[in-house]
Amino acid sequence: MLVEVRWHGRGGQGIVTVSRLLAQAALLDGKYVQAFPEFGPERRGAPVTGYTRISDDPITIHSHIYNPSIIVIVDPTLIGQIDVTKGLVEDGTVVANTEKAPQELKESLKTEKAKVYTVNATRIALDVLGRPIYNTAMLGALVKASPLVTLESLSKVVTERFPGAVGEKNVAVIKRAYEEAKGIE
Amino acid sequence: MSKILGLTGDGAVAYAVKQCNVDVVAAYPITPQTLIVEEFSEYVHNGEVHTEFVCVESEHSAMSACVGASLTGARVFTATASQGLALMHEILYIASSLRCPIVMGVVNRTLSAPINIHCDHSDMMGSRDCGWIQIYVENAQEAYDWVLQAFRIAEDPDVLLPVTVNLDAFILSHSLEGVKVLDDAEVEKFVSTRKPVLRVDPDKPITVGALCLTDFFFETKRQHVEAMNNSPKTISRVNNEFAELTGRRYDFIETFGMDDAEAAIICLGSTAGTAKAVAKSMRSKGKKVGVIKPWVYRPFPAEQIVKAIENLKALAVLDRACSIGAPYGPLCSDTIATLYREGIKLGVFNVIYGLGGRDMTPFDIETVFNETLEVAKTGVVKEPLKFVGVRE
Repeated sequence: MLVEVRWHGRGGQGIVTVSRLLAQAALLDGKYVQAFPEFGPERRGAPVTGYTRISDDPITIHSHIYNPSIIVIVDPTLIGQIDVTKGLVEDGTVVANTEKAPQELKESLKTEKAKVYTVNATRIALDVLGRPIYNTAMLGALVKASPLVTLESLSKVVTERFPGAVGEKNVAVIKRAYEEAKGIE
Repeated sequence: MSKILGLTGDGAVAYAVKQCNVDVVAAYPITPQTLIVEEFSEYVHNGEVHTEFVCVESEHSAMSACVGASLTGARVFTATASQGLALMHEILYIASSLRCPIVMGVVNRTLSAPINIHCDHSDMMGSRDCGWIQIYVENAQEAYDWVLQAFRIAEDPDVLLPVTVNLDAFILSHSLEGVKVLDDAEVEKFVSTRKPVLRVDPDKPITVGALCLTDFFFETKRQHVEAMNNSPKTISRVNNEFAELTGRRYDFIETFGMDDAEAAIICLGSTAGTAKAVAKSMRSKGKKVGVIKPWVYRPFPAEQIVKAIENLKALAVLDRACSIGAPYGPLCSDTIATLYREGIKLGVFNVIYGLGGRDMTPFDIETVFNETLEVAKTGVVKEPLKFVGVRE
């Protein structure tokens, strides 16, 4: 089965990094993957998207992703500014960094059949990292919403990507986001 | 023992080059350079390779330095894209005519204007006739695998021609995929070291690239043609050895569903992957469609294509480059010339797609397949040259 994930954030927030970390973790789990950025020059602060494909079978398709089954909103200020749920499959999943409860977000997004998960990733990042770098927290929330990869594989790739204390703190961020993320069907 | 790494297309090329004991890399380090050279420069910086890394002031100089290094008997690699390849153009001919077995990664991007950094094949097609062997890959794994094979093919004494390994910009260059990589020792055994037949050497002086007018120029060109015509034997041998080593079998072309296909698409690069996915889905609904993907574009795999289309009724040739003013795009011109030479009657039409990075969607490909099936049914080609995915 092929799962297509679209990541929303802003230039500089590590959207390419998380789209790749998810793919790397899935690779460890024996899956086939693709992770690619929104093609083109990056502009700090501007809305950007990243993409991850994960499948049990080899992936030969190389076109863009138009109908993702999962959307991860890393930057909460994008909600309402751009059409974050554009193209989402009807019974898809939205995972968002927000203070709002899932029900509240679901009503504002008008996604009747989608699963909606929320987590206050900004708060978790500030608590654990002391800085508002909340991309990795969304990996934890995503795995709560949809077990695409194991937390073990995620932890492994994150500590490889960020050696030492930074990696360990990011693993703590992921685990806390996993625990705190709440969702409704 | 192979392991799987998450690598971008560019990263896969850089990793392969790292393992190939390359003596010299000369490259222009800024736009439109690729991440291939950026990542490779890290290997140099970290002391993971012994390569002499030469930062030059332009692609023209990059290829010139590569030619000089190659003539001394060194194993040489470089990479470029788009305008960079265009700026190399005149030295590309010198590299191949002096029989320098340079390997180059080309990340295919369009040529300006308007300014655009995205994928199409205009850059390589613009230098199509430069006398290099030209490979096109579908994904990061193929990029890695073909770079390893490219050194063997280029440096074979029966060939001695430079090779480009072409990968689609962004679609492959910036996309991370799982890549099975070999151990360094396995690669070292496979690619070995370059054994130059003739090289410039201060102790045994020779003249290279001398003035050669009406008396001998034509003969050297004729030999160049012969070298290209001889290269298939070496390419096949290297493909076989690589298959024995890795279990991954390469050839001049890859085919999908061609045993019983009535309608097929032929195209280069990553689009072939999307076409295979669409063909698979259409075949499950009983539609007899297939895909032909040339891995090797120069030398043109005429014989293999003819064999693949034996039972075919209609063919759509997809070109990601225009040959403005010509009857068809480059791949289609080659294909139709081949069919005509062999006396094969087939409904063929040309589709120009994806210029400047315009996405070729599965929907677009399904539409092309359905039009090809229609041609197969009626035998009538209504539009010999059409543009897909463009606003008219």
